[in-house]
Amino acid sequence: MNYLYYPGCSLGGTAVEYNLSTISLMEKLNAELVEIEDWTCCGATAAQSVNQLLSFVLPARNLALAEKMNQNLDILVPCSACYLNLKKAQVALGSDKKIKAQINDILISEDLSVAGSLNVRHLLDVLSRDVDVTDISAVAGNKMDGLTIAPYYGCQCLRPFAVFDDPESPKSMDPFIRATGAQPLDWDMGGQCCGASNASTKPAVGQALVGRILEAAEGVDAIVTVCPMCQMNLENFQKTRGRNANSSVEIPIFYLPQFLGLAMGISPETLGLGLNLSKNTQLLSMMAI
Amino acid sequence: MSLEGLIKKQEDKQGIQEQLAQVKNMVKTCIQCGTCSASCPNIEFMDITPRKMWRMLLMDRFEELLNSKSFYYCSTCYFCTLRCPRGLELTNAMSALKQIGSRLKLKHFRSSALFYESFMNNVRQYGRVREMEMMTRYLLALKSPGQSLSYAPLGVKLLVKGKIRPELPSMGAGKLAALFDKVLDYESDHESDQVSNQVSEQILVQAQEG
Repeated sequence: MNYLYYPGCSLGGTAVEYNLSTISLMEKLNAELVEIEDWTCCGATAAQSVNQLLSFVLPARNLALAEKMNQNLDILVPCSACYLNLKKAQVALGSDKKIKAQINDILISEDLSVAGSLNVRHLLDVLSRDVDVTDISAVAGNKMDGLTIAPYYGCQCLRPFAVFDDPESPKSMDPFIRATGAQPLDWDMGGQCCGASNASTKPAVGQALVGRILEAAEGVDAIVTVCPMCQMNLENFQKTRGRNANSSVEIPIFYLPQFLGLAMGISPETLGLGLNLSKNTQLLSMMAI
Repeated sequence: MSLEGLIKKQEDKQGIQEQLAQVKNMVKTCIQCGTCSASCPNIEFMDITPRKMWRMLLMDRFEELLNSKSFYYCSTCYFCTLRCPRGLELTNAMSALKQIGSRLKLKHFRSSALFYESFMNNVRQYGRVREMEMMTRYLLALKSPGQSLSYAPLGVKLLVKGKIRPELPSMGAGKLAALFDKVLDYESDHESDQVSNQVSEQILVQAQEG
């Protein structure tokens, strides 16, 4: 179980704990991640809002670098926005000869070429289809017994490509939460939008969308996410919302591999738990971690 | 305001008309069922519903469409694309309108356009996004002290946690400059390739009349 690894820009900055926890969880599950050499930005949502061709060329450059490494492995991507951009490029390269030719024309400037032969997969896809969940429960025991956890998927790991889960009513995190002894919250906000980059340019929109999600999650012990954008929006707007509503209730928000890693006995330091913006020390001491 | 009035640089005219023709083509089989509007998480912020936007495109009401703020609120959640009974790529149509909005430097699209511009300049320069420099340049370009200040608490927290770090800007040619330039050259060479002339002519006539 080895993968080529595309961390993406956020995982080197504001989502560094997602990188730490993904690497340490995959190591615990005996999977080796080989980082794509010299990878660059996937274009995020910015490229497709400015220039259509660039929004294919930027992710395709990374697919070309991955192919150049000559290892016939799937590409694992933890960030949902990176995943979608790389996936879009993979799909376009496989189905649209014209765009494939255009992309390759442009990649000559980087001395690269791309076939689109490697499969791009989100971290949650890899966990839910390649990992035996009993490997986690066997190590975790019932460490998280008594907790209720809200699985929050966001958008772009589910849509528009419905690869590994139901894009309307996702459930792929449930078995993993149960494997730790915790109960997954049964709710209908798991696949709803957090506001994405609107939160940076139109804070009121982010506030409204995150507010709906946090309200629906009220009473849970924690929320788990699989996307740096979702994580940042939930954590950051929770603070503002708490101040406005005069509420001191703060829900700890973890990346899924942080939560699973904790349950499997990986240390909070290794998982970067001190780097989260939401407070989690109370929950950790309650769980005797 | 006419489309002509929105297009500030004459050399952009043909390209923008072609882009509009392409978006129009993307929604040409829309049956006006409204599933997109009912699925949109941002609809309460929009002045025109997505369903109505597609109808306006098909009726060549481009100026009204581009003067509306609706496409600017799309957060690319892909619910409309997933649920469209005609299988239309509506999220991509929204992105195409954003591309036109960026190119036209529409006033109401300014904060988004500046954000995208800061982001893409950062990628062109470094290959990977330096989040701190990107946000700093965006907020400076925005020239809004109030909005800049509202990001301060988050910025300080991220700095303290070491998640963003001040780095000296590099003035070199840019890690991906050659790639970016090639894309722009390529587009100016090939722009007229893929467009239906008929639709393009319609837009031209309308722009001239407007």
